[in-house]
Amino acid sequence: MSVAGEATPERAPRVGVLALQGGFEAHRRMLERLGADVRDVRVPEHLAGLGGLVVPGGESTTMMLGIEREGLAGPLRAFAAERPVFGTCAGLIVLDREHVGIMDVRAERNAFGRQTHSFEEDLDLDLGVGRDGGPVRAVFIRAPWIAEHGPGVEILASVAGHGVAAREGHALVVSFHPELSGETRLHERFLRDVRAAGGD
Amino acid sequence: MRDEATFRVKAGLAEMLKGGVIMDVVDAEQAKVAEDAGACAVMALERVPADIRRDGGVARMSDPAMIRKIQQAVTIPVMAKARIGHFAEARVLEALEVDYIDESEVLTPADEANHIDKAPFKVPFVCGATNLGEALRRIGEGAAMIRSKGEAGTGDIVEAVRHLRTITAEVRRIGTLDEAALATAAKELGAPLDLVRETAGAGRLPVVMFCAGGIATPADAALVMHLGAEGVFVGSGIFKSEDPAQRAAAVVEATTHYQDWDRVLKASEGLGAAMRSLEARKLDESQVLSSRGW
Repeated sequence: MSVAGEATPERAPRVGVLALQGGFEAHRRMLERLGADVRDVRVPEHLAGLGGLVVPGGESTTMMLGIEREGLAGPLRAFAAERPVFGTCAGLIVLDREHVGIMDVRAERNAFGRQTHSFEEDLDLDLGVGRDGGPVRAVFIRAPWIAEHGPGVEILASVAGHGVAAREGHALVVSFHPELSGETRLHERFLRDVRAAGGD
Repeated sequence: MRDEATFRVKAGLAEMLKGGVIMDVVDAEQAKVAEDAGACAVMALERVPADIRRDGGVARMSDPAMIRKIQQAVTIPVMAKARIGHFAEARVLEALEVDYIDESEVLTPADEANHIDKAPFKVPFVCGATNLGEALRRIGEGAAMIRSKGEAGTGDIVEAVRHLRTITAEVRRIGTLDEAALATAAKELGAPLDLVRETAGAGRLPVVMFCAGGIATPADAALVMHLGAEGVFVGSGIFKSEDPAQRAAAVVEATTHYQDWDRVLKASEGLGAAMRSLEARKLDESQVLSSRGW
């Protein structure tokens, strides 16, 4: 894919991927392909100097236990108040109001059912990344949906009437896995937000 | 348009299990202990491998009623084992909507010539492997995740280390070969040429690889993560130890922080006795599980 020329910035933005458990390596590979300097985040000190953070998919129960063990909830909230955060799948659950509380949404876990009901489909999603390029191929794996949200939250896409992509301020969440389908536009959007927020 | 059960969806769940610990459990209570300790999935089975060894007899798929109770007790993925080649057990587990099927040498094989044709299933499969050829044959049949076999139920890490080192060394070796030599490698490995090519090009297996068979301590978990495992299965090692809840949390912590030796140290302290172990080298040949399957 010819994304490198378009996305490579003057100076590589430094971003983190929460790496307690889950699909953090696929995010790392995609962000590096887009020219970012990527760091794993496992303890609060790893957040220092980062311009943005991806919270990957994985098992939200496992990730929340890790966040508790490492004392990461407060530092994550403080970080998200200043910097862009991008959550996918379990990352959406971790960021919701009943968990770390960075976004005013309530995620319904495993909303589409168990693994045999996991699926992929095309989604229309206004990404505002300056080139449309058609629908997003969205891979849903034991995925959550957004059951409720506050007035400050913009729902960007829905499946069967349930929100599966949303933004609030510079926090972006999706209940699918762009990092698994080679879909770069959401990560590009995240990196653009990181640069706009002055983070590197 | 919606596509269910694509290979990407099946292999994708394994991506989401990475960096995690999958624990064998025999009832809902153990499943809860595992989930609360940070397991990223549980393997539901009637007897852990150490007990299968002790009891002898034919080891089969577990009672679906028992698996169902575990599904109701936890929200993390629930895996279950089918016998090698026993596609009917696998179809039953699929109907039960388990999240992953382990076509496992820990159970008594049902077919000594053939593994299950896994591609037509909606549910994804994980299979054991002792070397690269075996791993790629299983992927060729449709497996969406690989685990190195090790020697289950022993608490001895030596076979797991051998299998992991063999697989990673073979992956490195084929990465140095040109196209003509890759065809020869495919013949020697007994593996599909397209998968050999893909593996050589990527420098890694086409699916996620965990380690299984013999992990008993946090340091064992850290060892295999350094050797290229992307996560670990712990069978008898948790619930056959003196303090399962504490050991389970410690193995999870060591798996996450395997690169930080101070954290592995902290996780290793004061865990009580590990499981009763068996030296894998001293097993009678008929007791060796890792030689089941091809």
